Amino acid sequence: MIRLEGVRKSYGAVQALAGLDLEVPPGYIYGLLGPNGAGKTTALRILCTLLAPDDGRVWLDNIDVLAQPRLARRRLGYVAQDAALDKILSGREMLHLHGALYHLDRDTTRRRAVELADQLEMDAWLDRPCGAYSGGMRRRLDLATGLLHRPPLLVLDEPTAGLDVESRYALWAVLRQLKAEGATILLSSHDLEEVNAMADELAILDQGALIAAGPPSQLKAALGGERITLKLREFTSDGEASQALALLQQQDGVSQPVMNRAQGNAISFFARDARLVEVLRQQLQDHGLPIFCLSQSQPSLDDVYLQATGRTLMDAELAMATTRDTKAEQKAAMR
Amino acid sequence: MTGLTTHAPSAAPRPSEDSSAPAWAEVLQETWALSGRLFLQLQRRPTTLVAGVLQPLIWLVLFGALFQRAPEGLLPGGLSYGRFLGAGIIVFTAFSGALNAGLPVMFDREFGFLNRLLVAPLRSRYSIVLASVLYITSLSGVQSLAIMGTAGIMGNGWPGGSGLVVVAVVLLLLVLAVTGLSLGLAFALPGHIELLAVIFVANLPLLFASTALAPLSFMPPWLAWLAALNPLSFAIAPIRAVYNGSPTWSTVVLEAPYGSVTMGACLLVLAALAGLLFLSIRPLLRRKLG
Repeated sequence: MIRLEGVRKSYGAVQALAGLDLEVPPGYIYGLLGPNGAGKTTALRILCTLLAPDDGRVWLDNIDVLAQPRLARRRLGYVAQDAALDKILSGREMLHLHGALYHLDRDTTRRRAVELADQLEMDAWLDRPCGAYSGGMRRRLDLATGLLHRPPLLVLDEPTAGLDVESRYALWAVLRQLKAEGATILLSSHDLEEVNAMADELAILDQGALIAAGPPSQLKAALGGERITLKLREFTSDGEASQALALLQQQDGVSQPVMNRAQGNAISFFARDARLVEVLRQQLQDHGLPIFCLSQSQPSLDDVYLQATGRTLMDAELAMATTRDTKAEQKAAMR
Repeated sequence: MTGLTTHAPSAAPRPSEDSSAPAWAEVLQETWALSGRLFLQLQRRPTTLVAGVLQPLIWLVLFGALFQRAPEGLLPGGLSYGRFLGAGIIVFTAFSGALNAGLPVMFDREFGFLNRLLVAPLRSRYSIVLASVLYITSLSGVQSLAIMGTAGIMGNGWPGGSGLVVVAVVLLLLVLAVTGLSLGLAFALPGHIELLAVIFVANLPLLFASTALAPLSFMPPWLAWLAALNPLSFAIAPIRAVYNGSPTWSTVVLEAPYGSVTMGACLLVLAALAGLLFLSIRPLLRRKLG
């Protein structure tokens, strides 16, 4: 359905995409996971013909998106991160405007507007000005405009960002229904729960590159065994943490130990089986190392990210928040 | 969004990949819808229209009164100041309106609405530009009719049937040229603050350095040269001539320091300016909309 090959994009000195390869099969809900600034939005904007890549190829249903953008646009519905609505127009007028821009005839637009309002439970709001809409209602109208022309591909950029939990679950239900009707859905998110719950497959992006891809269960299973998090103290010194790390690296049955500085030098690793925990506890005591916390769980998508990058998604978000120039990004997003 | 029903929508036909409609019909549909949005905004926020009509009328009344006692014979052709001023106010109003044409586009850029339009499979993205031109031209038409009507009631004459055609052609060319310039600025400048700054800086100097408020003979030579080269003067002169009689293509309507300018020459300059400005912003539009 979608294929990106070696897509590169830079904004001045900042490299947003560093040769991204991606393949989305038809009929899938496909998640793009990564912290803010990982390149998710840039990839989606290139796919939706809003941005030209510096290099690379993009296909949608065997259509070369860069060579035949208009044909590609007919096949996709795009729901951007920030719902850009004309607050003077009513929801119905917005839908009719979009109907005309997608060259639907008036009857089809009228019928689709009613159908979508019913489906998204926004009938009572359809004739009110968009300026009076709540965040959730704006998101519904945005989704309705994306679905108006029945696109085989729906692209959603952070679809549930800023929504309350109930609205989020309800939106997920709509997306699952669309998938059941045969649509392919590509959504970006930095919400692990969302991608885990929704995506048949996902790609994890970090600093503009693909670091892992596949079904969530497969990616988690690939980490193997039990996920263990060890904290020697609430805030462990570098020396003690390095000593424990060295110990773990020598231990048979322990894989991928990573020291996470942003979490007080906690050490994450995978143990071949749960019984190994007791052995480790003894070894740490033998070396005079205290144990503040030793927790055990099944691997999560965050672990997949942690193993690939050495930091959790939350840490990556925090690190990015201090370096991002959102004003410059907003300017870059302007046409 | 609690408990949304997720029943399957009815089986409405999906639009074909390549629409069978002719290109012109699709461009028309897009342009109609986009300009319809601008007119709906105007209808729901009529302040723009009310202010746009009231302001030139206030100019007409106040400036007319200010120079009402100007000695007779000072103005070319023995015109009263009221009659002289009307043409200037009509042109300046159309110019100001067209100079603001880029603002809605700039706001659409800033708020991401333009991206929403550009994701749609528009047959021609120039329909976005065309819709702005259509809207501004209509708005200028309404403003100009209000000014001409008021000037007529105040005893400053009426251009008549053929005169109205000349006024319409002149204003259309001017609005086209200035709208092109404004849209170019809207796509070239980084934000609405910068665009507003350019509009503020350009507006009044261009008015005072034209023949809108005073004839060239009143001006010091350097200003007369500037005013005689100002495109606004090329728009004002034919309209003023229409108010003063029934000019032909070859009627001299402007006695400039560099020579006599006929009505035909004025229209030609305006047409060339409009063409030149649209040609010069084409690469920018292609880059931004392409």
